[in-house]
Amino acid sequence: MTDNQQFIAQAANEEYKYGFVTDVDTHVLPKGLNEDVIREISRLKQEPQWLLDFRLKAFAHWRTLEQPSWGQLKLPPIDYQAISYYAAPKKKTDGNTGEMDPELVKTFDKLGIPLEERMALSGMAVDAIMDSVSVRTTYSERLAELGVIFCPISEAVRDYPDLVRRYLGRVVPYTDNFFAALNSAVFSDGSFVYIPKGVRCPMELSSYFRINAAQTGQFERTLIVADDDSYVSYLEGCTAPMRDENQLHAAIVEIVVEDRAEVKYSTVQNWYPGDKDGNGGIYNLVTKRGLCRGDHSKLSWTQVETGSAVTWKYPSCVLAGDYSVGEFYSVALTRNYQQADTGTKMIHLGRNSTSTIVSKGISAGHSQNSYRGLVKIAPKATGCRNYTQCDSLLLSDTSGAHTFPVIEVDNDSSVVEHEATTSKINEEQIFYCNQRGIPTEDAVGLIVNGYAKEVMQKLPMEFAVEAQKLLSVSLEGSVG
Amino acid sequence: MLEIKDLRASVEGKEILKGVNLTVRPGEVHAIMGPNGSGKSTLSAVLTGNPAYTVTGGQVTFGGKDLLALSPEDRAHEGLFLSFQYPVEIPGVSMVNFMRAAVNEKRKYQGLEPMSASDFLKLMREKRAVVQLDNKLASRAVNEGFSGGEKKRNEIFQMAMLEPRLSILDETDSGLDIDALRIVASGVNTLKNRDNATIVITHYQRLLDYIKPDFVHILYKGRIVMSAGPELALELEEKGYDWVKDSMDN
Amino acid sequence: MSALSQYIDLYRNHRDAFHTGAPQAMNDLRGVALSRLEVASLPRKGSEDYEATDLSSVLADDFGVNVNRRDFDADVAQAFRCDVPNMSTNLYFCLNDRYHPSRTALLHDQGGVVVETFRQAAHKHPQLLAGHYGRLAGLDNPTVALNTLLAQDGLLVYIPDGVTAERPIQLVNILTAAMPIMAVRRLLIVVGREAHAKMLVCDHSQLTTTQALALQVVEIVAMENSTFDYYDLEESTATNRRISSLFVDQRAGSNVLIDGITLTNGFTRNNYRIEVNGEHADTQLMGMTVASGRQHVDTHTFIAHNAPRCHSNEMFKYVLNDEAVGAFAGRILVRPGCPRVEAYQGNRNLCASPEARMYTKPQLEIYTDDVKCSHGTTIGQLDEEALFYMRSRGIGIDVAHTMLMQAFMSDVIDAVRMDLLRDRLRHLVEKRFNGSLASCANCVSSCKTPN
Repeated sequence: MTDNQQFIAQAANEEYKYGFVTDVDTHVLPKGLNEDVIREISRLKQEPQWLLDFRLKAFAHWRTLEQPSWGQLKLPPIDYQAISYYAAPKKKTDGNTGEMDPELVKTFDKLGIPLEERMALSGMAVDAIMDSVSVRTTYSERLAELGVIFCPISEAVRDYPDLVRRYLGRVVPYTDNFFAALNSAVFSDGSFVYIPKGVRCPMELSSYFRINAAQTGQFERTLIVADDDSYVSYLEGCTAPMRDENQLHAAIVEIVVEDRAEVKYSTVQNWYPGDKDGNGGIYNLVTKRGLCRGDHSKLSWTQVETGSAVTWKYPSCVLAGDYSVGEFYSVALTRNYQQADTGTKMIHLGRNSTSTIVSKGISAGHSQNSYRGLVKIAPKATGCRNYTQCDSLLLSDTSGAHTFPVIEVDNDSSVVEHEATTSKINEEQIFYCNQRGIPTEDAVGLIVNGYAKEVMQKLPMEFAVEAQKLLSVSLEGSVG
Repeated sequence: MLEIKDLRASVEGKEILKGVNLTVRPGEVHAIMGPNGSGKSTLSAVLTGNPAYTVTGGQVTFGGKDLLALSPEDRAHEGLFLSFQYPVEIPGVSMVNFMRAAVNEKRKYQGLEPMSASDFLKLMREKRAVVQLDNKLASRAVNEGFSGGEKKRNEIFQMAMLEPRLSILDETDSGLDIDALRIVASGVNTLKNRDNATIVITHYQRLLDYIKPDFVHILYKGRIVMSAGPELALELEEKGYDWVKDSMDN
Repeated sequence: MSALSQYIDLYRNHRDAFHTGAPQAMNDLRGVALSRLEVASLPRKGSEDYEATDLSSVLADDFGVNVNRRDFDADVAQAFRCDVPNMSTNLYFCLNDRYHPSRTALLHDQGGVVVETFRQAAHKHPQLLAGHYGRLAGLDNPTVALNTLLAQDGLLVYIPDGVTAERPIQLVNILTAAMPIMAVRRLLIVVGREAHAKMLVCDHSQLTTTQALALQVVEIVAMENSTFDYYDLEESTATNRRISSLFVDQRAGSNVLIDGITLTNGFTRNNYRIEVNGEHADTQLMGMTVASGRQHVDTHTFIAHNAPRCHSNEMFKYVLNDEAVGAFAGRILVRPGCPRVEAYQGNRNLCASPEARMYTKPQLEIYTDDVKCSHGTTIGQLDEEALFYMRSRGIGIDVAHTMLMQAFMSDVIDAVRMDLLRDRLRHLVEKRFNGSLASCANCVSSCKTPN
């Protein structure tokens, strides 16, 4: 409680504290998108032919598609020729010593990301991605002893081509949607994780994404494969400088979970959301999907979404294995003119597969916050169970909260339940806090954190504290 | 009346009953006691035909018939009654409709005409008195919104309505305060006669102060390990279940 | 030829016949309807709002329209004797799309309650038709546009201000034909200020081999502080298709109950669109479906709260057997600046066979903070524990199933605000569940066709 108050007092004057720009020399490709640009990206990354072919096929497909317009979102048309598709810090490491460019180190220090081995106590392996490239991955050697692969996907293409080739695009094919096609054509870097059979990854793996350069898009790609009986917990965080232009982030995350394996994927998304009048901010248009291929496999998505001007994101589970388990826990907080359209798909193909969805939306200012989801039980997926709880909390009378689930059940032995509520913050609770001497703004922070607790508890400890602070800060000035 | 021979049963692949033997004759009251997880409730579920349990061996005859071959409803028609430990709530089904269906289905089984509406309501009134069940409860949906004590009284009320030959009271005393316990027990005693029998499943001696057993059996790890007269319950009360565990496991 | 264009051509080829004798208000809208249809395409299965229903195939058959308004039977009231036990209604018939009053209806004047065809009303109450016809029924829905293009008559129900209709108004729709036909039906109901009325519409079909389509549009205006109950009971046959769109304009303090029940049918798509335009209005939107065989019932609801301090309660229940398909898409909208709205939406479904399919899409769209809105949906089976409890009391499994399904429907049945209808429905639903309700055999109205 006191921590909380102190933090709020300290944060009272800051708006978006990650909004600085790092002064590093950056190699940026000219704006625009065509086959030559894609060939150039592939060349810069010294990729094999099969990957270039994959990119070109995706690009050809992308050109046949139109930017989707959907639901409650107002996404202005994006000029895809006005974006640069590749930006890399020129001096990643000092050639001789392997030391990082001190400016980069400073950047990630400012963000609180432990890149140095001296941060070992934090017990987290980090892959830091600035603009288009991975700048540093920690602990790779220690993980390698266990057979765990955790490296930039560009390195994985070089070092483990068979693995990457076997899984890339298997869960999210480039034909999946407009932004998936775009990402498949131009993705620059991202993390690759492989957990071998029977290995419990001893530390949290973490990717940290940072958009730095102006007028660039970020198109990272993450691929996680958990082999039989393995376990991994993976964290993802994101920030961007404050710029009054909109920047595009169109990522893909693919996860494959084999027999009895478990993957926990946690995100704290805090891309720059734009200013209080809705200028600037990131368009966060992301395709995340996991395939629970094995029997008794489990995939759990947890996300805390406070950033981005526009978010379009549905981390999904294809539950192909018998007795497989899918989970989705989400808190999405929007304010000012932010728009969040997020949710999940639970596709039950395996028998006795179960899924749980808990979504908490909080809308303030003039923002719009939607849950959109699909629960589908295939005819042969007998004995399945889904429970969905979607709650929306409205903090202003100019914001909107919406719930759009789709449920399809094709057999008679499965049970699906969906409950949703929408209401404003409880005034009696605020008054109770006031009476105990807690000012309204703090009370709202407390109540919202309590409201989101069910989801926050699913986050790994270090992350949960961060996320809790983030929620409180994001609420500053949202009341009244 | 009831003869259980080497009964074995499992739930979700786990064997719970490992060869139970028990004989119950008309007019008798049997108490089955045992520590938690010994299989007491499984026994009542298997005898009444709960589909969640699988019989893996043994025989049960009831009134000369092969009980295990009968559907749950036909077991009821033959005069077997279970007072559930946790009576289920059935929203939307009124107690009146529920009991009328139960009574008339039994009459149909016996080749009798359905009871007239007025006779039926009269019977309801009469039997309600046995356990002092409020008329308001009788007009509500089955067990919906009933307190724990009301649910147990409602079970005994149904027992009075159906006049079973053998009643199994599964932990009927759990969750009852002393007044409710007296009402329930006196209801059971009122319904007792020379031709019917009762099996009382309980964890504690308390209920047996009100419903006097002729025989007490101790079920442990899926078998009846001790059988004696009422004094066994008192001994158990005094020495505790550890006494049973110690003497069995060593 | 596309499903729609055949009807556009039909209209063009018989333009005079459609216009002649029809009220000005109807003819005035045909031009707009036509221009909408010319550019419209029917939504495909799987598209937004049509998850489970392919409208093109429903409309694809070459249905005949009774363009020249021939009567099948001059005296329907004589042919269809209707005796509702203990329930006195003012009864009207609609044979395909021609309206006829029963003798009793003519005898019972209810304080100026008007029930007459649009053609009659065009002379007697032109201002009602001109003021309300087509006002609510938006032509952006192609099936509404098609109805507006082809409708030649309809039934006007008008309850003047301050009048309470003591006897419920009952309309029995009957589809009968020797060849595939489309009945284009239209209802306009205006309930005046402080007026109170109840209406029961029974939808029947006598067709067992011939395909037929009932294409209907209902517009209801409930003025300030009025009360109106509308019960729509479909008991048709497997060859029957029905596309019905019902629109409500609710003013301040009005209290409206809409109840849509499908017991037997072939294909049914019911749209409900309720605009709550005044404060302190109360809306009850209820429905239930019992479907077996290859019945298909698709319900689409939209309740827009355009005013503060209103209350709405919505509940649709489905029991699906065999290869039946059920769909429910419901949306509750609370517009900006509408505080203190309380809205609840529920959709509960039982799938009772491995081949039955249920699609559901409950939606909340909320733009005001001081509201209490929620929705809940479930798809599942009968409670195994309850089933065992009942069997252990000697109730056979079939009877127990019936009782539990009946219990599942009980809250929707209990919401009926006409005692005799409620009792009758309970009985009908029970018969439907135990399999003894043959199509149209013994409905609420017990209408019989002698010989």
